[in-house]
Amino acid sequence: MSGLASLIIRSETFTPPGPGDFNLPPVGGGSSWEFLGQPMFWGATKPMLLALISVVVVLVFFRAATAKRAMVPGKLQFVGETSYNFVRNTLGRDVIGSHDFMRFVPLLCTLFFFIVVNNYFGVIPMLQFPTMSRIGYPMGLAIIAWLVYNGAGIKKHGFFGYLKLQTVPSGVPSAMLVLLIPLEFLSNIIVRPVTLMLRLFANLFAGHLLLLLFALGGEFLLLHGEGLIAKPGGVVALIMFFLISGLELLVYFLQAFVFTILTALYISSAVADEH
Amino acid sequence: MYVVPLSGGEKLNPLIPHPVEIVLAVVFFGVLYFAFKKWFVPAFEEIHAERTAAIEGGLQAAATKQAEVDAKLAVLEQQLSEARHEAARIRDEAREQGDAIVAEAREQAQSEASRIVEHGKTQIEAERQQAVTSLRAEVGTLATSLAGRIVGESLDDDERSARVVDRFLADLEAHNATASGAQS
Repeated sequence: MSGLASLIIRSETFTPPGPGDFNLPPVGGGSSWEFLGQPMFWGATKPMLLALISVVVVLVFFRAATAKRAMVPGKLQFVGETSYNFVRNTLGRDVIGSHDFMRFVPLLCTLFFFIVVNNYFGVIPMLQFPTMSRIGYPMGLAIIAWLVYNGAGIKKHGFFGYLKLQTVPSGVPSAMLVLLIPLEFLSNIIVRPVTLMLRLFANLFAGHLLLLLFALGGEFLLLHGEGLIAKPGGVVALIMFFLISGLELLVYFLQAFVFTILTALYISSAVADEH
Repeated sequence: MYVVPLSGGEKLNPLIPHPVEIVLAVVFFGVLYFAFKKWFVPAFEEIHAERTAAIEGGLQAAATKQAEVDAKLAVLEQQLSEARHEAARIRDEAREQGDAIVAEAREQAQSEASRIVEHGKTQIEAERQQAVTSLRAEVGTLATSLAGRIVGESLDDDERSARVVDRFLADLEAHNATASGAQS
């Protein structure tokens, strides 16, 4: 690895992949503007189009899967039912509890399928970009999750009842409450959506960066590398690219799963009875 | 107008969101949420409910059929055991009747046999008596005629000869009686 790094540094023309690779210019070109000290593009970028495609894919798939409504499902309906039941039962019923999980099922389905399809764009040839590695998408979804679980809690317990449920742990001496209430507030109300967002974003960002590094580095070493270890190093890097791709297949599913199940967990803790 | 690096771009902060993308995420989420809430979730739930109903209906029908079959089986078994009892009863009755018939027949045969034996005995006795009588007469006649031939016509007087013959036979019987008494 150190040999690889030194080779990269020695080479004058190789630019290692970085955040710029995620800031793709709009399709067909466009102007840019500044937001919080960062240059931003105007126009439809690749991740935006991918997000749109993911919506179409999910809509078309489930429309087709529910078109026949056969007692004995065909292949497509079977796949649709299986994935729906996975979200409904594993992420919904088992986490929130059978009493009032049903009204959150559309939310959980939307989150899971939207995220999972966008994630798998990361390994589909020609598309090859996980939309969620742009922090705006996880942020939008985390805001929705935050609104939903807090809203559900406030609706059930009232505003102060819900605050009490989330911030005042039971069975704690009152002197400790001075310390615990701000901590609980911080962890349950403020940190939760941030970690939700960051976890999804960072996993996909890092995964894609790693793939870029091995693909671009391997290619550069094979084509332009000089010295004895450069070309074998390039081969190793490309092999690593395939192995990491396999790992990413797992991560893509897992991150969609984790985002959705944590949302369900937060909802369940918000609508829970006194703990 | 900024120049944005196409690759690398270490100065870019990936944590700063593109505001449009937040809005897009919310809008796309909204579209999908609407579709799931309005179409897909109800559709899947409907399919599930229908299937559950169908399966439960099938199970219920099967249970009803099973119960019917069980009831019929019980009836048949009862009939079978009744028939077995009936058969056993008839067999016992037949055996008893057979025994009775055999006993009756045997009794009848016995009485018939004894009757025949009795009849035979009486007949034999009667024939013996007849034979004795005829023998006595014949022997008397023979003896008298023999004696008449021997002693002549003087002994033609019936009364006397009869007396003589009777005496002779009485002697003969006495003699026979002592002989049979000695024999037995």
